[in-house]
Amino acid sequence: MTTGHERAWTIGILAALAALALLPLAKPRDDTLNFVFVILLSITMAQSWNIVAGFAGQVNLGHAAFFGLGALVARTLWIGGTPIAAGMAAGTAVAVAFALVIGVAAFRLRGAYFAIGTLALAEIFRTTVSNVLPEISTLPVAAIGGYRLTHRYYLALGLAAASIVVVAELSGSRLGLGMQAIRDDEEAAEASGIGAVRLKLTALALSTALAGLAGGLFAYYHISYYPAHPFSPHWTFDALLMTFIGGVGTLQGPVLGAVLYVVLKEYLALRWVDIHLLIFGALFIAIVLALPGGLVQAAERVRALTRSR
Amino acid sequence: MSVLAQQLVLGLLIGGLYGLAAAGLGLVFGVMKVLNVAHGELIMLGGYGAFWLVTLLGIDPFASLGLVVPLGLALGVILYVALFGFVVRADEETRVKNSLLIGFGLALALHATAVRLWTADERSVPTPWGGAVLSVGNLSLPVVRLASLGVALGLIAILHLLLTRWRWGKAVRAAAEDWQAALLTGIDVRRAYVLAFALGTGLAGAAGTLVTISYSVSPSIGLEWSLKALIVIVLAGLGSTFGIFVGGLVLGVAEALSAFTFGGPYREVAGLVLFVVILVARPRGLFGR
Repeated sequence: MTTGHERAWTIGILAALAALALLPLAKPRDDTLNFVFVILLSITMAQSWNIVAGFAGQVNLGHAAFFGLGALVARTLWIGGTPIAAGMAAGTAVAVAFALVIGVAAFRLRGAYFAIGTLALAEIFRTTVSNVLPEISTLPVAAIGGYRLTHRYYLALGLAAASIVVVAELSGSRLGLGMQAIRDDEEAAEASGIGAVRLKLTALALSTALAGLAGGLFAYYHISYYPAHPFSPHWTFDALLMTFIGGVGTLQGPVLGAVLYVVLKEYLALRWVDIHLLIFGALFIAIVLALPGGLVQAAERVRALTRSR
Repeated sequence: MSVLAQQLVLGLLIGGLYGLAAAGLGLVFGVMKVLNVAHGELIMLGGYGAFWLVTLLGIDPFASLGLVVPLGLALGVILYVALFGFVVRADEETRVKNSLLIGFGLALALHATAVRLWTADERSVPTPWGGAVLSVGNLSLPVVRLASLGVALGLIAILHLLLTRWRWGKAVRAAAEDWQAALLTGIDVRRAYVLAFALGTGLAGAAGTLVTISYSVSPSIGLEWSLKALIVIVLAGLGSTFGIFVGGLVLGVAEALSAFTFGGPYREVAGLVLFVVILVARPRGLFGR
């Protein structure tokens, strides 16, 4: 059910993204644009992960595989001369096709077994790609000459907005409600006539489509990277961590989580160069222990307290 | 033919270590439904523990197990009390999620600490009889890896005896089966959990020591070993200690066969196929109940 509260968040976030569209007009430094780009990409990844985990209740630890497939296909086609839009579309199609095949097998597993199974599958993709394509992938010189950061920036902005719209639409629709019913009690949902496997596959396909597009964007954005890098489990875990810090299953949670996560990590990296990951890891554990339901639930609790007074 | 046989033997030798790594993780997961993704980092710490003891004290690498395992048990108690004990209070689904989050934070912190303390270089420990090779027919068996396999099997047997014969081992299994019923029969479930987690960490320490002796250790091996252990758990299923060990051997042999048939770069592909087939055919694993 779309509450007024949720609609307000949707409008607020989309307005903030619209305002960010004006940022390149102010001729900012490249590192500012790059920083916002990372936040936008993170929002897309977190929100796409949220569709499967937050709505359908399946902790998918194989998200990186679909991001990586999107990147791999888009990059290969693009460097081969295909327009980037077609490359991204092809990459997304491949990612979704793989997700459906894998999903049919993996959705036989429940709970933690599903998490382990998907993680293992993604990791096998990563090791295989890194063994078969060990060379770094660099853009041809001609393409580097024509590189425009603002193109990537606007694409990232569009994708982040699309992920918000998808989740906002989902949370009000029959489809989204069915997914939430599966999350809350799969047997009861099936008993009341919901096709659990079909809905879980739909959630996975939606989530994967966004991740595949994000992968294509990654391939379009980076001048050189190792083909196995986008398959790294860090892409899965970053999306998971942002979503949980913010609030899983909510519209605004993954957005807030992504902003906090990226800003915090960047700040710590600048402040404590050598040991920033140690501090980040420790701080992260502290946040999880202190706010088990994420920022959104913490805010609700504070609101409930102030209201009862 | 002899090349294939040689590959299979090497696959068995590393498979034993996969099995040992998975036994610790499987114990914690089976008993507490807590998924500790930092298990591989604990293995890495065990490896560095052995490296330190051997370098500083000059003892035999296998003898360092005598210190690394107790230290692992102690670390397990600390980690349980400080972190994972909080996770156990939630219901099962939240347990898995929160343990993933805490495990990931812990893995990050341990990895960063290890890079700080020991640099990112690969390390291995020399054994006095390190280069020795046992020849059986056409096969050559590296003595150190053979001994590691033997030690791993011995540890698995000890774990099995602890869980089936010892009072507290039985309590651990009861808590795994149904913690509420266990509580009602007067079992101190919290203590059983602490014990299970400590045993898991101790086994990780032992696995790390053997990995460092047979192969090498670096701060970044954690993730790889966590994953191997997770694959073995899904492959074998929970419920049987020896089943998990056999699952490790199966994975090792499957990888070796795959590398032999399709070439080194496709080493993991057979793992994928095997994994998917078993996933579809037996969602509870080969030996799971």
